[in-house]
Amino acid sequence: MDNRNRRLDIALGMGLAAFVLIPWYRIEVGFLSFGWLADFPADPAVAPGILHIIGGRWWLSSAALLMAVCAGARFVSDPMRRGALLAWSGALGVFFLSLQGLAVGFSGWTWAISETMFGTLVDGQPSMGAGAVLACVAFVLIFSFGLAERGVMKGDAFIVASIAMLVFLVAIFVFYPVGSMLIGALQDFDGSFNPDGFIRNIQDPSIWSLGCVAGGERCGVAWRTLWLAIMTAGGSTIMGLAFALVATRTRFPFKKGLRLLTVLPIITPPFVIGLALTLLFGRAGVVTQSLSSLFGIEPGRWLYGLTGIWIAQVLSFTPISFLVLIGVVEGVSPSMEEASQTLRADRWRTFWRVSLPLMKPGLANAFLIGFIESMADFGNPLVLGGSHGVLSTEIFFAVVGSQNDPSRAAVLAIILLCFTLTAFLAQRFWLSGKNFATVTGKGDSGIHISLPRPLSIGVHAMVIPWMMFTLVIYGMIVFGGFVKTWGLDNSLTLDHYVRAFSLEFANGTIAWTGVAWNSFWTTMEIALISAPLTAAVGLLTAYLIVRQKFAGRNVFEFALMMSFAIPGTVIGISYIMAFNLPPLEMTGSALILIACFVFRNMPVGVRGGVAAMSQLDKSLDEASLTLGATSFRTIRKVILPLLRPAITAALVYSFVRAITSISAVIFLVSAEYNMATAYIVGLVENGEYGVAIAYSSMLIVVMIAIIAGFQLLVGERRLRRENRVSGIAAAAPTTAIGQEKTA
Amino acid sequence: MTTSGSVVFKNIRKQFGNFTAIHDLSFTIEPGQLVTLLGPSGCGKTTTLRMLAGLEHPTSGRILIGGKDVTMLPANERDVSMVFQSYALFPHMNSLDNVAYGLESSGMRKKDARERAEESLKLVGLAGMGGRLPAELSGGQQQRVAVARALVLEPQVLLLDEPLSNLDARLRRQVRTEIRELQQRLGFTAVYVTHDQEEALAVSDRIVIMKDGDIAQQGSPRDLYEAPASAFIADFMGEANVVPCDVITVGGQDATIRIGAFEHRVPSRNARLGPAKLAVRPNAITLEPATGAAFPGQILHSAYLGAHVEYEVETSNGKLFVVDPAVERPLTPATEVAVGFKGRGIAIING
Ligand SMILES: Nc1ncnc2c1ncn2[C@@H]1O[C@H](COP(=O)(O)OP(=O)(O)O)[C@@H](O)[C@H]1O
Ligand SMILES: [Mg+2]
Repeated sequence: MDNRNRRLDIALGMGLAAFVLIPWYRIEVGFLSFGWLADFPADPAVAPGILHIIGGRWWLSSAALLMAVCAGARFVSDPMRRGALLAWSGALGVFFLSLQGLAVGFSGWTWAISETMFGTLVDGQPSMGAGAVLACVAFVLIFSFGLAERGVMKGDAFIVASIAMLVFLVAIFVFYPVGSMLIGALQDFDGSFNPDGFIRNIQDPSIWSLGCVAGGERCGVAWRTLWLAIMTAGGSTIMGLAFALVATRTRFPFKKGLRLLTVLPIITPPFVIGLALTLLFGRAGVVTQSLSSLFGIEPGRWLYGLTGIWIAQVLSFTPISFLVLIGVVEGVSPSMEEASQTLRADRWRTFWRVSLPLMKPGLANAFLIGFIESMADFGNPLVLGGSHGVLSTEIFFAVVGSQNDPSRAAVLAIILLCFTLTAFLAQRFWLSGKNFATVTGKGDSGIHISLPRPLSIGVHAMVIPWMMFTLVIYGMIVFGGFVKTWGLDNSLTLDHYVRAFSLEFANGTIAWTGVAWNSFWTTMEIALISAPLTAAVGLLTAYLIVRQKFAGRNVFEFALMMSFAIPGTVIGISYIMAFNLPPLEMTGSALILIACFVFRNMPVGVRGGVAAMSQLDKSLDEASLTLGATSFRTIRKVILPLLRPAITAALVYSFVRAITSISAVIFLVSAEYNMATAYIVGLVENGEYGVAIAYSSMLIVVMIAIIAGFQLLVGERRLRRENRVSGIAAAAPTTAIGQEKTA
Repeated sequence: MTTSGSVVFKNIRKQFGNFTAIHDLSFTIEPGQLVTLLGPSGCGKTTTLRMLAGLEHPTSGRILIGGKDVTMLPANERDVSMVFQSYALFPHMNSLDNVAYGLESSGMRKKDARERAEESLKLVGLAGMGGRLPAELSGGQQQRVAVARALVLEPQVLLLDEPLSNLDARLRRQVRTEIRELQQRLGFTAVYVTHDQEEALAVSDRIVIMKDGDIAQQGSPRDLYEAPASAFIADFMGEANVVPCDVITVGGQDATIRIGAFEHRVPSRNARLGPAKLAVRPNAITLEPATGAAFPGQILHSAYLGAHVEYEVETSNGKLFVVDPAVERPLTPATEVAVGFKGRGIAIING
């Protein structure tokens, strides 16, 4: 019993502190500056919850009362009744705190219905601050402890609390913003219900027009986006398949190099390909210029539009498609092909009638992934699309542009979300269980037959130029930073690097004079904070999904994975809509960036963790429990040390994603917290290609260095002769990423 | 081992979704006893043991350990420890750290924990092996580390889930003797799960035989072997032949049974007059070449196994499985034989 009382006392202490010891509401300059200590507690701006209740904010008293009930419940002796009391008051506490936060805004009631029920409020309330948040956390903990005492999850308080906390956080950082955005589409500026904007936008011909089919007019942005996504998905699937076939079924000499390509999209910021294409084929591009001077071909603007975006996206997503398809192509059991040959089928027939049909579900999978990626892509359309954008850029311009029409942004975001979620659901339900890839534990000793000759020539004809093109593009990225003015003055220079990364030593201190340093350090700081958080949250979730059985576990897993199909632009727009006003105000802070990264990248950690953990024998954790260790200690001492490769993968991936992502970030950056990618996009918009390219290549180099560093830091496990576990080691980093893409 | 606790299961029921693994299980284990849960695969032995350990929680019912209600307690707060079928040694820790793990979990200082772990390893005959990783130990040594790791916590009850199933036949016999010897020397309560009746007979004070999530019969090894309560038990405890018979007289110690024209006297053990079943051990049947016997049979198959010969015999009362030590006189298939019974190894099953 003492153990239960101890943890309950801690939660109750947190609850008490929340109401008495720290400011209840948000403080403009930030809680951690501790400037509030001087005026505490008398100044209403920094007063604790208890003083606000006395001072007239009576709606807070329900929460305080519930906290008192919890404290009283501590002294109930019957464990079942005590547990029930704690669970109920904890749940009600969270409920009331959320309700009052949503119901009472800056200037009074948010909803008309509460106004008529309770009368007008003279004074509203600011956003929740440290006290309110701590009170919420305390209630969630008390709720979990209550359930644990009633024997839920075999009475394991750590597990119950983890699940409750995760559900709580996912609700706040995924469902609440998306929900706010949906509601925001139906609201006026002042928050009252007004579907006009929604109706006007959803019927807007510039979204839905089918003019291009009839001839002449351009099609609506929704159709253009869909068309682009289908073309990109088709292109990258075919290219990916060609690569996979070359890598597995031919005697191509540079197979290692092919595999290396799969790493590129992970470390390349998404708009860099578009940028490099501009340098080649843009109006001032090398190719355009030389064609013009050699053959007098007028420099065109063909690159800026769907064609250009399409090329950039196929280039960007082919490696991902390759990553998915190589498993599928390798997975077709050689014995099937051998069987076909012994049945007198020639190579051509074997390929068309046996190998290819067996790969079909994998191909469909790669197609859907390409589709989702293209829909969600923001960087390339931004760089290449100009004003003829796709949904993700239209959303952006609806908010930042002169239009400033949040309702339009919300409507576009909803359309985009519908497309990606449909694709995601199709992938989940239609394709699940349809995988014919026949990888078995049995050593399959046969060898794959080689490709029919025409096909072999065909795939080589696709792969070799593509590889050279990729080399040129990346060469461009490295080289472009050292050229004075691209296309006009090709003399070599270090100017761009100097401008971006110059340092000055004065009086023994370093002055960071380069223009890039500010955003560079912010990016590093935020990526370094969010990577371990993402890994921790992701792996904890994986542990819960694999090792614990609880009601709604499948829904829980599904909801998490679904958040990955939400395009970054949608996340960005929903975050600014949700976290700009009470009850939670975070825009312009580092916190919102960190939250965004953690909850966007977590599914990868989950996937990797699930894969690795399923290979650890469950009796290891159970043995630890029966030896008297808590689940927390079990995770720390037994599971984590055995999961090191998965941890590395999750850390690296979330770190790199935090550096390279742009779509959500561009909505969330502020003058104080500017991220590298957003800054680079700004440079591109100003036409400062040289500095932009220099900065991008610097980022790529830094990421490679840091990936290597992580690998050294986390290190290897010392488990001799234990090949079952060590099997994970080699596979984890790449499979985690492959699985995230297939998730 | 200072304390050894009793175990009480009261009306335990366990469901997995719609499937009921344990229906209504009640039994009591006295302190210091070694009780075996025996039964065919899938009958719910592991589930029962895991509920005792706190790794599963019963759907309804109470569990008491050492007189204290632990039904709602999580595994790490119960005073039991468990030896897993797979041993579940932590592969990244050496044997000493494995054994010290539980002590450190309960807050003991690292140095003391290691000293105690060292002693415990010595107890199971692994002194000086503390530095080895599990992967560097043989199967039998790993098994002993697992036992040491559980015992070092001096639990009220030690749980063993098929602890010998990963060992080869020869080692199995040796280790089971060691476990039993250790249990009697230290006097702890133990619950032992196995599906091997010979193992159960060899180590147990008492045996609980389970079938489909219920107790089929419990008692001392001798009771179960000699007075099986049902054909299932008789068969399970020694591949008994179950033959329908009539009890024609019951008097004092003995009863007379009749099968066709064949009569035999067996220990009565509360037998009632009328139709009954007879459990006959394979080695309690005699076969003599003869024609026109009172209980005639015909050899179907025979298998020479060195120390004895196994026969399958076709009779009018079904097939009989016979183990005959007379290897010097093999009976070939199709031989007509007279079936007879020995004095021991035969029991009447009522009802
Ligand atoms: N976690 C579980 N979920 C569903 N069914 C289970 C679970 N654990 C055990 N069972 C079922 O309960 C029955 C008893 O299992 P178990 O106790 O492991 O049998 P055994 O006697 O072989 O140890 C089996 O039919 C098994 O399929
Ligand atoms: Mg079992």
